[in-house]
Amino acid sequence: MKPTSYTLDATFAALADPTRRAILARLATGEASVAELAEPFDMSQPAISKHLKVLERAGLISRSREAQRRPRRLEPRPLAEATDWIERYRKLWEGNFKRLDAVLQELKAKQKKTVDALLEDVKPKPRKRKPR
Amino acid sequence: MTKTAALKVTTPTDREVVMTRVFDAARGMVFDALTKPELVKRWLLGPPGWTMPVCEIDLRVGGKYRYVWENADGRKMGMGGTFQEIVRPSRMVATESYDDHWTGGETLVTTELVETRSKTTLSMTVRYASREARDAAVKMGATKGVEASYDRLDDLLKEETH
Repeated sequence: MKPTSYTLDATFAALADPTRRAILARLATGEASVAELAEPFDMSQPAISKHLKVLERAGLISRSREAQRRPRRLEPRPLAEATDWIERYRKLWEGNFKRLDAVLQELKAKQKKTVDALLEDVKPKPRKRKPR
Repeated sequence: MTKTAALKVTTPTDREVVMTRVFDAARGMVFDALTKPELVKRWLLGPPGWTMPVCEIDLRVGGKYRYVWENADGRKMGMGGTFQEIVRPSRMVATESYDDHWTGGETLVTTELVETRSKTTLSMTVRYASREARDAAVKMGATKGVEASYDRLDDLLKEETH
């Protein structure tokens, strides 16, 4: 078995390419042959095969033994490891940043009050007429 | 209220995670909210139920900061680091290390603030010491929810195509 660090590194490297992400998105809807995968990309089958090899090495896809066309299918586990982490990260920071939004709104309101008060101070006041 | 863009999380290299988020405030104000303890304590809290009893920030190059969070059960989690670069109000670089090393050791966090039409885009790059450290962090965060990964892939891809 490959050490986990190798697998994860390969996962991230594989996910770094837009064509490979698109291939994974396609395979998430069901298995497909190399020809079927090559079709929407305007790429030669050998070029697609190269991408498939990277994905396969990363453990992100596997090929079915049955049938001549040997369809590729998505292997969800390594992807889950990588995306769960990103998801956790996102959740945590979404919460933080929402609270930060509220703090900023409050600071802005305070600043506006201060500015308004200052403007009020410098505004020329109507002079009282001296009583005769 | 003006709508701000959603949080974006990307992994541009095998050692980095980048978060980007737009805030409806001027850059100086965002910088203050990121660096003044009385403000930081109010938002940098993580999961629900946690408070931040310790928040010390010595905002100068070589200065240290120290954060401790506590939940209702009394469980504590601490972290801290040293400021390496401070360019108010646009940039900040600091080391970051959790007491129990769940992130796989020390990371380097670069925060950049760009203001456009009185909105501020914050980008925070977390750089792990090594690929192994990043992997350790990933492993700590990983759960076994395999079936949910399809949805998450969808989310990831949706984000990419935007």
